[in-house]
Amino acid sequence: MGTGDPNGMGMAHALASSMGGIKTAGDLVARMQLRKMRLNEAKQYVAEKLGVSVLDLSDSTVMRTVREELDIGVVTAVPGLAKGLEAKARIADLLDIHINSVERLKAKTGLGAGAPA
Amino acid sequence: MSKTVTRMGDGSSVVLSRDEIRREVVEGSEAAAVKAKIPALEENEVDYLVDMFASPMRMWSVERGHEAVMTKDGGTNTLISSRLSSGIAAPIGRETAVRLFERAFAFDSMEVGHIDYSVKPSKFIVSVEQEHMELLQHTTVFPLFYGFMPNLGLYYRPDGQFENPSDLLPLGKIDAARRTQEEALEACHDDVVWQSRMFAETGADAINYDTVASTGDAEFLATLRATRTISSETDMPVEVSMAAEMVLGFHGELEYEGTRLAGLWPHQQMKLVERAGAAIFGPVVNNNSKKSCAWNVARAATFVKACTAEATIPIHPNVGNGVGGVPMFEVSPLDMVSRASAAMIEIGKADGL
Repeated sequence: MGTGDPNGMGMAHALASSMGGIKTAGDLVARMQLRKMRLNEAKQYVAEKLGVSVLDLSDSTVMRTVREELDIGVVTAVPGLAKGLEAKARIADLLDIHINSVERLKAKTGLGAGAPA
Repeated sequence: MSKTVTRMGDGSSVVLSRDEIRREVVEGSEAAAVKAKIPALEENEVDYLVDMFASPMRMWSVERGHEAVMTKDGGTNTLISSRLSSGIAAPIGRETAVRLFERAFAFDSMEVGHIDYSVKPSKFIVSVEQEHMELLQHTTVFPLFYGFMPNLGLYYRPDGQFENPSDLLPLGKIDAARRTQEEALEACHDDVVWQSRMFAETGADAINYDTVASTGDAEFLATLRATRTISSETDMPVEVSMAAEMVLGFHGELEYEGTRLAGLWPHQQMKLVERAGAAIFGPVVNNNSKKSCAWNVARAATFVKACTAEATIPIHPNVGNGVGGVPMFEVSPLDMVSRASAAMIEIGKADGL
C-alpha cells in the first residue's frame, strides 16, 4: 500500500478496494497470493474450499456466518470461537496449505505427529 | 459545459471540464507509453477514467466482486510513529496496533516492522522484533509479514563504513564509485538475508523488502540476490516493493542474470523479481505534483497494466503518498485516494495494493 495518515490512506483503500480481511475472506485470499496465485485464481481456489461463490468472498453478511460455521476466526469478539493460532490451524487444514506459525506450533507441541499435547 | 472540482498532484483543488479531463487522461497515459515503450490505455479505459474524474462524488470504488488484497508497508508506523510516516503517534504498542489493523480496519494482511524500518538498524534489535512477531502470531488470524528497507544508503559514509559514491562521482572517480557500491551491496545483501532468516525461524508468513532500489541498481541487485536465496532456501514467501518507477544507474553496469539493471521500468523490473522467486511484486509509479490527478492516475495505471499483462505472480502497486496517482501531501484526500485505488485494480488489473 504506502504511507499516509491512517484515515486518508489505509482506511480509504480498505473501503474503496479491499476484500475486507477477516471480516470477509480477504485473509484467506491473501494466503493464496503468498503461494504466487494471481487474484482471480486465488479467489477461485478459496471459494471452492469454502463452498461459496467468488462474489461471496468479499460479502461480510455471507462470510460472517461461513467463518463462524467453519470456526476459522471472526472479526467480532465471540467467546468460544477459535482465536489466533487455533483459527490458523483450522485455516491450514481447510485451504490445504502450510502456515509457518502453525507448523512451528506442531513442532513445539508434537501435535502434528499425533503425540499428546 | 459542466465542470468538476478535482485535484492536482500536490492535492490542491482544480476545476476542469470533461474535455479537459479527457485530455489529461490521454496525455498521462501517453507519457507512460512513450517513457517505457508500453501500450497506452485503450479507449474504454480512458472513458472509465474520464467518468471517474468528471464525477462530483466524493468517493469512488471498485465494482462489487472486483475487490483485491491489501498488503501494507511501513508496518504500524502510520499509527505509532511521527510525521516521518504520516503517523499519529497513538499511545499504543505495536501489538495493539496490529490487532487494530486486523479487527477495526479489516485489513487483509499486516506487517511487523521496526520504527526506523531499515535493515541495518533493525538487525541489532532482531530479538525484540522476533518476539513481537512470535507473540502476534499467537493472537492474529491474517497473514503477518515482517518488513524492512534494504536501504543501501546507510552503508555509505557518514552512516556506514563504505566510501560514498555521491562523494566520488562529482570528482570523476567513476571506477572508485562503482567499486564502493559493489562492496557495499555485498554487506547489504548479507544483512537482508540474515534478517530474513531470523523471521523464517519465528513463523512469519512472509517478508517484505520495501523501497527497493532507493539508491539505484546496486541496491536492486542486492535485493534480487537476497530474494533468490530466501525464496529457494526457506518456506517464507518474499514481497519485493520498489522505491521509484525507474532503477537509477548509480553504478550503471550491474546485471542480474544477464539483464542490465540501470534504467529498468516496472514491467521490466517485474520479470527479474519474478525470476528471483518472489511471491508478490510491488511496482511504483512516481507522481508529478504539477500535473492533475487525472494525468497522474492515467500514467500510473498504464505502467501497472503493462506489469499485470505479463506477470505470473500477484502485482501489488504502491499507492502511498506521492506514488501511484495519490497526491503528494501528508494528509491524504479521500476523493483522490479512492480513485487511484480503484483505477489500479479496474484499469491496471492489479491483484492487490
